[in-house]
Formats: sequence, structure tokens, C-alpha cells
Amino acid sequence: MMHSRSVEIWVGLFVAAGLAALFMLAMQVSNLSMLNDDAGYDVTARFENIGGLKVRSPVTMAGVRVGRVSHIGFDPQSFEAVVTLHISSAYDGLPGDTSANIFTAGLLGEQYVGLEPGGEEEVLRQGSEIMLTQSALVLEQLIGQFLFSKGAEGEAK
Amino acid sequence: MSQHDASPLVEIRGLRFARGNRLIFDGIDLDIPRGKITAIMGPSGTGKTTLLKLIGGQLRPLEGTIRVDGEEVPRLSRVQLYELRKRMGFLFQSGALLTDLDVYENVAFPLREHTNLPEPMLRDLVLMKLQAVGLRGARHLMPSELSGGMARRVALARAIALDPMMMMYDEPFTGQDPISMGVLVKLIRTLNDALGLSSIVVSHDVGETVAISDYIYLLSGGKVVGQGTPDELGRSDSAWAQQFLRGLPDGPVPFHYSADDYAEDLLLGTEAGRG
Amino acid sequence: MLNALQQLGRTALGFFERLGRGHILFYYLLLGIPSVLVRPRLLLQQLFSVGVLSLLIILVSGFFVGMVLGLQGYNTLVDFGAEESLGTVVALTLVRELGPVVTALLFAGRAGSALTAEIGLMKATEQLSGMEMMAVDPIKRVMAPRFLAGFISMPLLAAIFSAVGVIGGYFVGVGLLGVDEGAYWSQMQAKVDLHDDIYNGVIKSLVFGVVVTWIAIFEGNDAVPTSEGVSRATTRTVVHSSLAVLGLDFILTALMFGDN
Repeated sequence: MMHSRSVEIWVGLFVAAGLAALFMLAMQVSNLSMLNDDAGYDVTARFENIGGLKVRSPVTMAGVRVGRVSHIGFDPQSFEAVVTLHISSAYDGLPGDTSANIFTAGLLGEQYVGLEPGGEEEVLRQGSEIMLTQSALVLEQLIGQFLFSKGAEGEAK
Repeated sequence: MSQHDASPLVEIRGLRFARGNRLIFDGIDLDIPRGKITAIMGPSGTGKTTLLKLIGGQLRPLEGTIRVDGEEVPRLSRVQLYELRKRMGFLFQSGALLTDLDVYENVAFPLREHTNLPEPMLRDLVLMKLQAVGLRGARHLMPSELSGGMARRVALARAIALDPMMMMYDEPFTGQDPISMGVLVKLIRTLNDALGLSSIVVSHDVGETVAISDYIYLLSGGKVVGQGTPDELGRSDSAWAQQFLRGLPDGPVPFHYSADDYAEDLLLGTEAGRG
Repeated sequence: MLNALQQLGRTALGFFERLGRGHILFYYLLLGIPSVLVRPRLLLQQLFSVGVLSLLIILVSGFFVGMVLGLQGYNTLVDFGAEESLGTVVALTLVRELGPVVTALLFAGRAGSALTAEIGLMKATEQLSGMEMMAVDPIKRVMAPRFLAGFISMPLLAAIFSAVGVIGGYFVGVGLLGVDEGAYWSQMQAKVDLHDDIYNGVIKSLVFGVVVTWIAIFEGNDAVPTSEGVSRATTRTVVHSSLAVLGLDFILTALMFGDN
């Protein structure tokens, strides 16, 4: 009780420092600064194979992060994956014929959705669907195809 | 119930209590009258402190009833027990002062916990209680700076802070120098009379206890072995009471802890050595 | 043989009895929290002794751990030409694991042992008993404020630890080893996820805060009221809460990071 004033000040400092540290972790260290975009819009894209894509995987355009994967579903009619992309409202002028590809960051890195702009006047908005898509390259398939074509070459000789 | 009620403040009937397998009380009947100082005496280890804890509801008996001011302590709910304890003062042997608070705050502690008195009134009350034990000048000291006797007086001021109806003193005279012992004897007597308390003093210090108590119970081996006013006890022909009150080394309480026959015990060693 | 069995049985019973008493205490601690919220001054005092007094050790160790991570991470990553990922490595290690865990271990040693010793001594000197006789519930008055303070302090301390560690990593990686400053932060931001990493780290440290403070208070309250008993209880606090933190860390990690 004697030093109650200094105790209060110290506790205040401690709590402020703790909250500041949490804030720094959220803003400076994590991707919150890019994710904090509930004001954005959702578009869907259908892929034959999404490989290792996950919810919250990044969505980029020209290498710049513009959004994230917000939902991954499956269409039982067409047997395709339906991926919902959440794009920040800052990027609301994307052409309607933008195409979506699933890329891998580096040889073994995680997968992300890369958008490539088209040339249409119409822009993507809430609920639009991206018609042009390119599925993930699955490494095993690639190697299989490569071996198969090598084998075919060998037989032809 | 009022102070003038003739019924005893504390009424204990057929009390049995055991710790582990050791029976500490084996059927005790006790009455603590209102407004008097009652002493409970007996050799160390007879569970005198345990008796106080049973009255305060910190321990539960195996059997028997303990009534304090008409309420049966072992049956009380936690809330009721805490209500009752607000009317009981307890002086621990060690004082049990809160070491992180100074003397003033220690005495103020029960008032702060149980009342919402404005600060000036609280201050007056605390200073009054400290004045009563003669330590108003020591209010800024920490418990570690107090002598044993002073700590006990501060604890006494704290125990009477809520103006209890009764005070329980656990070995108040143990380990005190003659002067602080005299101070405590005087305090217990004057507080009891001035505040209209009923006091229970647990002690084995014969001289001081006999000097201040109105009625004495002697405990030994889990039973009440003698009771009466100090005069009655002094005149009693019970060999046990005489041994205890006069401090004789041998008597009904043997000098030797119970053992096999001495000579035989020694012989056993000799035989073992030969074998 | 029978004696050995009896001994085993007694040990097991003793263990379960302690466990039971621990849970009863936990229940009463939770019940005591509302009465602490009514008297925030009690909490303030404990936030000071539990939180503020642990600050220095957390700051210093966080900075050093961050610097070590920066150095070790750099040496490993540079072989793959991936030293730009240093920020990610440092931040993920700290936020997910080292922040909560090392903070909890330091907290157990610094604040937990002090709590046990304090409560154990209060028990040994009959202060707890004295409060009871003054109709003051020591669980509400003494233990619940400490419990709540531990619960609040731990995530704050862990966040401070991680933040200081990231700065320590920056100091070594960018300042001394020449990693690109932009890459340090941007790679970190690209990979550290608010939900997956930071929320889960905070949840971990909340759990650790509860467990360490609970063990510390229980051991203090359960200590044999002698100086030897208190010193044993203090040791047990540090040992048991460290083991609990490491074990729980594995379980929590498996629960939170296992499925993605």
C-alpha cells in the first residue's frame, strides 16, 4: 500500500508493453496487415486438381499478394474443386477474364494461386467466377509423364 | 442472544476427536460461561490448541456437539461459519501477523475486509485498538521489527478489532519475558472486563493462568480430569491436579515414558552381547 | 513382495489424493475470481509481483534467444541460399514454440517458486489460519488474486518475449550478418499467420499461465508447514510445472498444428 502509486505505474507499463508486443506481433510480424480486409470481395474458380492448396494460402498477382484462399469446396457434379478467393478491396479493378493458376513457390515450397490479368473492360466483383484456370502441377504426375515419354522415345528407336 | 443470558457461551458435550489413529479427545464435556475468563490447562500434547480449533470450526469432531452462542459449529455452512467467526477473536501463539503489512494495516485488516467504514473512522478505530494494547506509537513498524511480546499485543489488537463476543488465547504466555508476560496478563483481564468479552485461555503456565482465570478445566489423556475455580482446584485432593498445579516431576503423570522394565531392558543388551 | 505392493498402492493412493486436492483447490480458485474482480487493488499488487518483477528476465532472455536464433538460422539457411527466410524462421520459432514455452519455464522459476514460497511461509507462520479465524477466506484473499495475475501476465510476458526475440534476430541477422532488411520483415509477414501462429501461441501461453500458477499455489498451500517443507514444495513447483509445460506443449502443438 505504501508505494501504491509506483506499483500502479509499473503495472500500467507492464500491461502496455505486453499489449504493444502483441500488437507488434500481429501487425509487424504476421500477415494481419494484409489479411485485415473483410471489406474485400469473393470470387470463385474451378480447378481439376488443386494439389496442396489450403485455406489461407496466398493469392498473388504479378507476385504481389492481393488476397487469400477463403474456402475450398468440391462440386459433386463436375468432380472439380471449387476454390473461393478473397481479394482485398484495394484490388477491385481486376479484369473479368483474369486467369487463375496454382503455382508452387520454389521447388518444394507451398502452393498459392497466381492471377494473370486479361484485357476485358468488365471487372471481377463479389460472386464472379474466374473461367480460365490452370490446375496445380503435381510433381509425381510430371515425373511420370517424363518417364513415359522417355520410354516411348526408346521404343520408337 | 444477549450478554445476560444465563446459558453458557460455549457448550461442548461428548466430544471425541482423533488425529490419524491417535484419539485426542475421548468424551469431553465443557461449559464456557459468558463474561468470565475460563482457562483450559493441561500438559503439552493434550490437544488444547486442537480444542480451540474445534470451537473455531477449523476442525471437525468425530462425535459430540460444540455449541457456540446456540449455534452448532460443526453443522454450520461455510457462510454461517464465517459469520460466526466475525464474532470470535483468536490470538495465535505466533501472533500470525501478516508479514507484508505494517502494524496499522494489520489491525485495519479485518475492518477493511468486513466493513466499508470511511477512512477517518477506520483510522480512529485502529488507533483506539492499538491504544488499548499500548502500541499506538508502533503503528508504522513492520511485523519483523516487533519483539515477540509486541507482536502478540498487535495480534490482540487485531483480534478485538471487530469487537468480538469472545476471545480465544492460544498459549499467550509461552516464551515471554516476565515483563511482557505481566503486560499480557493485565491486558487479558482488562479487555475481558472492559469489553464484556468471554475469554478462553489455553495454557500450561500455571502461575499466570491461575492468577487471571475465573474457572479452570484440567485436561489430560483426552479427558477432563479436574475443574473448578482456582481456589477449589488448589484445595482439591486429586493427585493429578496437585501434581500439575505444583509442577511435581513425578506422580500420576509418570516421569518415565511407558517402557519395558528397566532391569530387563538392560539385561537384554547384555544377553545380546554374549550371544 | 506384499510390502512392495503395499508401498506401491500407498504411493498411488497418495498421488491420487494430491491430484484430487489440487482439483478442489482449482475449483475454489475459479470461484474466487469474481471477488478479485470486485477488488482490483489486490490484483494490481499481484500483477506487480508476478508480472512486473518477471519482466527483466523475460526481456533479457528474449533478446538473447532471438539473437541465437538469428545466428543459428542464418548459418543453416545460408547454405541453401535462403537467408532471406531468416525472419520467418526466427518469428515462427518464437511465436509458436519458444515464446510461450521458454517464458513459461522462466516464469515457473521466477514467479512460480516465489508464489509457492510465499504461500508456504504464510501457512507455516499461521497467517492463512489466522485469516480463516478472522472470517477471511485465504483462497479468495490470497490465492485467487495471484492465480488471476499469473493467468493475465503469462500471455503478456510471452508476447514481450517473442517481440524482443524478433528484434534480437533482426539485430543479428540484419545488423550484423547483412540480411536484407526488407526481406527479413516481408518474408516474416508472408509466412507468419495471425490465426495459426499468433493466436495459437497466445492460447498456449494462457494454458501455461493457468497451469504454472495453479501448481505453484497448490504446492504452497499443500506444503508441510516447516522450513524444510516449504523448500521442498518450492523445488516441486519448479520441477512439476516445467514438466507440465513441456508435456502440455506437445499436446497443444499436436492439437493445433497437427491437422494442416
